[in-house]
Amino acid sequence: MTDAGTPEPATGTARARPLQRLEHIDAKNTVLVPVLAVVSALVVGAIIVAATDIDRLQHGAFGGIATNILDAYKALFVGAFGSWTGISETLVFATPLLLTGLAVALSFRSGLFNIGATGQMLMGGMAAVWIGFTMNGPGIVQIPLAMLAGIAGGMVWGGMIGVLKARTGAHEVITTIMTNYIALALVTWMLKTTAFKQPGPSGNPISKAIANEAHLPKLLDFVRPGLRANIGFLVALAAAVGVWWLFRKSKLGFELRTVGANPDAARYAGMRIGTLTVVAMALSGGLAGLAGAVNILGTNRQMTTSFAGDIGFDAIAVALLGRNTSVGTVLAALLFGALEAGKTRMQLDADVPLDLVLVVRALIVLFIAAPLLTRMIWRIKAEGGGLGLSFRGWGS
Amino acid sequence: MELELRGITKRFPGVVANDDVNLTIRGGEVLALLGENGAGKSTLMNVLYGLYHADEGEILIDGVARRFASPRDAIAAGVGMVHQHFMLVPVFTVAENVVMGVEPTRFGALNIREARREVRAISKEYHLDVDPDAITETLPVGLQQRIEIIKVLFRNAEIVIFDEPTAVLTPQEIEAFFRIVESLRVAGKGIVFITHKLREALRIADRIVVLRRGRTVGEVLPADVDDRRLAEMMVGRPVELVVKKAEAHPGDPALTVTDLTVADADGRLLVDHVTFEVRAGEIVGVAGVQGNGQTELVEALVGLRRVESGEIALAGRNITHHSPRLRHEEGIAHIPEDRQRDGLVKDFTVFENIALTGYYDEPFSSGPVMHWGTAEREATRLVEEFDIRTPSIGTATGTLSGGNQQKVIVAREISRDVKLAIASQPTRGVDVGSIEYIHDRIVGLRDRGVGVLVVSTELDEVMALADRVLVMYGGRIVADLDRATTNVNEIGLYMAGATSAATREHAP
Repeated sequence: MTDAGTPEPATGTARARPLQRLEHIDAKNTVLVPVLAVVSALVVGAIIVAATDIDRLQHGAFGGIATNILDAYKALFVGAFGSWTGISETLVFATPLLLTGLAVALSFRSGLFNIGATGQMLMGGMAAVWIGFTMNGPGIVQIPLAMLAGIAGGMVWGGMIGVLKARTGAHEVITTIMTNYIALALVTWMLKTTAFKQPGPSGNPISKAIANEAHLPKLLDFVRPGLRANIGFLVALAAAVGVWWLFRKSKLGFELRTVGANPDAARYAGMRIGTLTVVAMALSGGLAGLAGAVNILGTNRQMTTSFAGDIGFDAIAVALLGRNTSVGTVLAALLFGALEAGKTRMQLDADVPLDLVLVVRALIVLFIAAPLLTRMIWRIKAEGGGLGLSFRGWGS
Repeated sequence: MELELRGITKRFPGVVANDDVNLTIRGGEVLALLGENGAGKSTLMNVLYGLYHADEGEILIDGVARRFASPRDAIAAGVGMVHQHFMLVPVFTVAENVVMGVEPTRFGALNIREARREVRAISKEYHLDVDPDAITETLPVGLQQRIEIIKVLFRNAEIVIFDEPTAVLTPQEIEAFFRIVESLRVAGKGIVFITHKLREALRIADRIVVLRRGRTVGEVLPADVDDRRLAEMMVGRPVELVVKKAEAHPGDPALTVTDLTVADADGRLLVDHVTFEVRAGEIVGVAGVQGNGQTELVEALVGLRRVESGEIALAGRNITHHSPRLRHEEGIAHIPEDRQRDGLVKDFTVFENIALTGYYDEPFSSGPVMHWGTAEREATRLVEEFDIRTPSIGTATGTLSGGNQQKVIVAREISRDVKLAIASQPTRGVDVGSIEYIHDRIVGLRDRGVGVLVVSTELDEVMALADRVLVMYGGRIVADLDRATTNVNEIGLYMAGATSAATREHAP
């Protein structure tokens, strides 16, 4: 062999097939590993539930434990999908996760690690809420305007990270984490100013509520009024299509992918890495900002300091589970949304603590981050001489 | 010790990598295993080293059949392997790297003193000249390779397999390496030298076994063959080792470099007031030992490095401060020195890499939209035209052989209309068949009236291709020679740093 770790096809007539097969394996793993990660997480989660069920363990009621676990997962599923309310809540929870998940995936594919979705979402939310309460309809104007404001807010906050990186080399992981705190402090302060603060004696940093005209139209009103699901989910799906188009079809997407995969080659090909870094972070921030806007317009109606919660961090798990692809991120966001929507039912029906969902989510991330572990558990053989798990060479 | 591989067959899905291969390795002998990339050399050695299991055939040591379930078994049986890519911990000392995994212990604690003593002893015995306390990452590649050799010897190997050991070495390091191989042979070790370089096989081997498409196509003694015959055995057809080219017909200047200076961050001159010209329809070769400013010169010419002073003109137009993109548009093709780092995105498909430098404009894109259909058609055409061996244009480029990766770059860069082509190390790590092809293409470019600058540390390559030879030393161009009237000796003297005047005095 002559080149760094490149498996080489044998020359000759037979050379075509093994490589196609390699691609096939890769494609399979893209789907298989995340799926198995989820299954593994559910199994390990069940074991944890069983191991902590002291009462039944003491009485040796193993059958009872098994039933209880099955009940818990059943309740989780029913809670998420078993009713219109469940479906609606799943969509509501999935929406910001999808948008921020796309934000993180976009940054990953551009070779950047955006941990700042929280901050970008906060800034986007602030911008959107301001449009939301200062204007008063009509919705057809105000809603798009508020969303654009949200995107802009996130873009500025994310783009700033890109500028810092391009100009000074400051690592985006550090700067995004730091600016998350700055964003939170900024929002807290702004929410106490008269420009934002809701009228009344309360000193809590809560903004004025947005105009009724700015509420996002409901998605499931035809089923039953009052279901919270709104067109924000469709906006997020549209964003997923947009990201897919960006990376698959557009010139900019090709540039971002090149910088992400090999910055040296990008430079060689005449791409402007600094500019692309800024653009990637701005787009990523824009998506997170849109998540903030959709949350404000769709469900929250007013800005609070806690409104971004852990969404910005869960987004990293969503992107990882979705393998940074648009389709994958949609599915992963729906899964996480469903876990969130179903967990209360699980606690009520099966008396399993809400925290199981947290554990399962953490385990999913673990199994995704350690694909070798997942493959080992499920004994997925790497092809080629029955060798080590990561081995995929064909020898020369 | 005598080791025999008998009837080894190793199949991968869809391909037979080794087909009934027989091979004997004896102590005190150097066996060269010669073959192109993909011929099955490494597979065979991986079978021997216990990394693969043969589907058929057996391994015999001194006549006794053995089964190697893992490299551990192979090592225990006295087989050691020096991989092409070193398996060393950069921050460890030499001694620490050597003993890793088989540490001598004293009351259960690592006995580093013992390790150092052993390393020093082995180093002395085989003239390896390695300091056991040196930090690995501070050592040049040649010395790092010696650590791998010490590792193998420390584990008492009687048979040492070297996988393409010279690929990463400079010419000087290669010489030193050959001396080490010689001392190993004298000590009675059996040595397997995997290579695709004909000269090296002829130079160092006692026996040469040639593999092609998984089969042994011949076993010869170096004295009985020449490089032409070996190349034919390897490739399976007569190969032209000498580049055929007609007289050059140089036209107007394609590239004019005037007093060009490039400095590093500390102000040290990397390219030191260089002036030269490449005319349309001629190939100018830049010879020189690696690290004498060639890399920086090329980077400056293509716009990847800031120019301190001086001027670069393309067909008479000043382009000194143009961006790489602009220079690409103006007609400069660039085949970069390090194809894995710069020239390709390994994860990208062949057609994406075909579009890598021209993606920004018609026909690959218009406005914000890529036309992947066009890229695919273009890739299909180039794969055909440049004989790029790939399962499909949708294959990840990194999985192709070195030669085929390079052909992707060459195809992309020269298939468009260019005024000047700059090729750095165009055939480094490329197999014989592809070298011939790439050289032909470069000559073809010249005959089309393109000015060509070939930078190569392989003097043979410069001599084969160039119409004019520039020699770089210490950032300067120390000689500008006509290929027809110069010779290897003269160029060698300049490469070693002789100045023009001194050379003229000494040269006949």
